[in-house]
Amino acid sequence: MPDERFDVIVVGAGIAGTVAACLLGREGLQVLLIERGNYPGSKNMTGGRIYSHSLEKIMPGFAKEAPVERKITREKVFMMTEKSSMGLDFQSSLLGMPGSDSYSVLRGVFDQWLAEKAEEAGVEIVTGICVDKLIMRDGKVGGVIAGTDQLEARVTILADGVNSLLAQQAGLRQEFKPSHVAVGVKELIELPAELIQERFQCNETEGTACMFAGFPSGGRTGGGFLYTNKESVSLGVVCTLSDLIKGPKTVPQLMEDFKAHPAVAPLIKGGRLVEYSGHLVPEGGWEMMPRLIGGGVLVAGDAAGFCVNLGYAVRGMDFAVASGECAARAVIEAGQGGDYSESDLQIYKAYLEESFVLQDMKLYRKFPHFLETTPRIFSDYPGLLEGIMAELFVMDGQPSRTLLKTMMKHADKVGLLKIAGDAWKGARSI
Amino acid sequence: MSTVNVDAKLSLNKFYVNEEDAHIVLKQNAATESDEFRKLMLACPAGLYQQDDKGRIQFDYAGCLECGTCRILCGNTILEKWEFPQGTFGIEYRWG
Repeated sequence: MPDERFDVIVVGAGIAGTVAACLLGREGLQVLLIERGNYPGSKNMTGGRIYSHSLEKIMPGFAKEAPVERKITREKVFMMTEKSSMGLDFQSSLLGMPGSDSYSVLRGVFDQWLAEKAEEAGVEIVTGICVDKLIMRDGKVGGVIAGTDQLEARVTILADGVNSLLAQQAGLRQEFKPSHVAVGVKELIELPAELIQERFQCNETEGTACMFAGFPSGGRTGGGFLYTNKESVSLGVVCTLSDLIKGPKTVPQLMEDFKAHPAVAPLIKGGRLVEYSGHLVPEGGWEMMPRLIGGGVLVAGDAAGFCVNLGYAVRGMDFAVASGECAARAVIEAGQGGDYSESDLQIYKAYLEESFVLQDMKLYRKFPHFLETTPRIFSDYPGLLEGIMAELFVMDGQPSRTLLKTMMKHADKVGLLKIAGDAWKGARSI
Repeated sequence: MSTVNVDAKLSLNKFYVNEEDAHIVLKQNAATESDEFRKLMLACPAGLYQQDDKGRIQFDYAGCLECGTCRILCGNTILEKWEFPQGTFGIEYRWG
C-alpha cells in the first residue's frame, strides 16, 4: 500500500530538480522533492560558474539575494606546458551586463538557498532519503521506493544527477561510454578577499574565470580551471575518462602538479585547502542524451546529459535551470486532462526544442567527438605555441629569422596539413 | 613532479561513513584483472584504489566522493556493486 500520493515527485534537489519543484509548487501542485544528502547541495559540486540568463527569467534579480560568490567580468584562457603558460585575457564591460552576467558559485551553499525558494512555493522537501527504485506499473512510472517507503505520484521528474541510476532503471538510458564523461576534481582554497582582489585585479564583487589546456590534464582531453569566489579560489582539473586511463598520471597527481605549476602557485600562495571534491561531468553532448520522456516520467539536468563544454566556456547549470523549467511546464500542460502518458508528456521535448537547451545541444553535437578525435589540441598544440613564443621573446644573441620561417619551423613538427585539418574540423563543430 | 597525499586532502572533508554497509564492493577477480584495476588507480579522484609494495590491491570506500568514475570504467568488470550510500551517509560537501 502506498504511504502517500503526490501530484509530482522530483528526485534530486540540485538545480534542475529544485527549479522544477519550485515552479510546480507555485502552480499549486502537491510536490515532493527528495534529496539523498543531508541538505540540498551536500552531494553537489561545480567548477564553477552559473550563467544567470535562465534563472533570471524565473527569479528576476536572484543574484542580489542568492549566495553567489563573484560576478565574472574577466575571462582568461591559457595553453599550458610544463614550463610555460600562454594566454588570452578578456576583460570587458560587455561581460556581466544584466541578462548575460555570470557568477561563481559553491553548490553546497547555493542549492540550499534555491531549496528555500521551493519551500516558500509550497514544495515539501525531504532530505537524507535515497530513492532506490521507481514504482513501475504497466510500463509507467508511478512514484518511488526508498527503503520500505513507497511514495506514489502521478508523474516523477528524475533530476538525480549525472549518474542517474534511476533513468537507467526506467530503461531510458544505457550505460555511458568512458568517452562521454569526464571526471572533475577540485580544491577549494581559502584566501582573504583583499588578496583575491589584488591578485586578480578586481573589486570586491567581481572576479575571474580561467581555463587551461594542455599540462593540467597531462596532455589528455580535458583541462584545468580556476574560478575566484568571495574568499576562496576553486581550482581543479577535468579529464575525459577514456583518455585519462591511458595514464601515466593519476587524477590526484594531475591536480597536485597543476597546483604547483609556476603560473598557478603564486595565485594560491598562502591559501588554505578547505575541501577536496570530485564529480563526473556529462560531456558527450547530443550523443549521450537519454530518452527524456517515458510514461509518467521526465529526465532533466545532468541526468539528461544537458551540458556543453567548449573548452573556453563550460555550461551546465543554466541548462539545468532551463530543463527544470521545461519539465515543470510540461507537467502542468500534460496535467490538463491527460494522465501523464508518454505521449502526453512529449510536450517536454517541444519546450526543450523551443529553448536554447536542445538547440545548443544540437548545434554543438559534433564538438565532443572533435575533441575526442583531435588529441593534438591537448598534447601537441600547447608545445607548438610554446616554441613559437620562445622564439619571439627569448633573445639569446643568435641571428634571428623572419617570423614566418620561425612559425613554419614549429608548425612543421606537427604537420601543416594536420593543423589546417584540425582548424577546419574545429571551426565546423563549434 | 611533487608527491601527493590524497588522504590528507580527504581528511578535510566531512564524511558520514556507513560502517555497516559498503556502497562499493570489488569482485574477487579484481586482484587478477590488473588492467581493469589500473584504470581505477589512475582515475579515482580520491585515490581509493591502491596497490601496496607487494602488488596487493587495496580499496577503501570510506573516502569516496561518490562521483561514479569507477562505475563507468569498471562497473561491468571488477565491481560487484556500486550504489549511492544510504540516505544521510557518505560525503557531505560544505561548499561543493
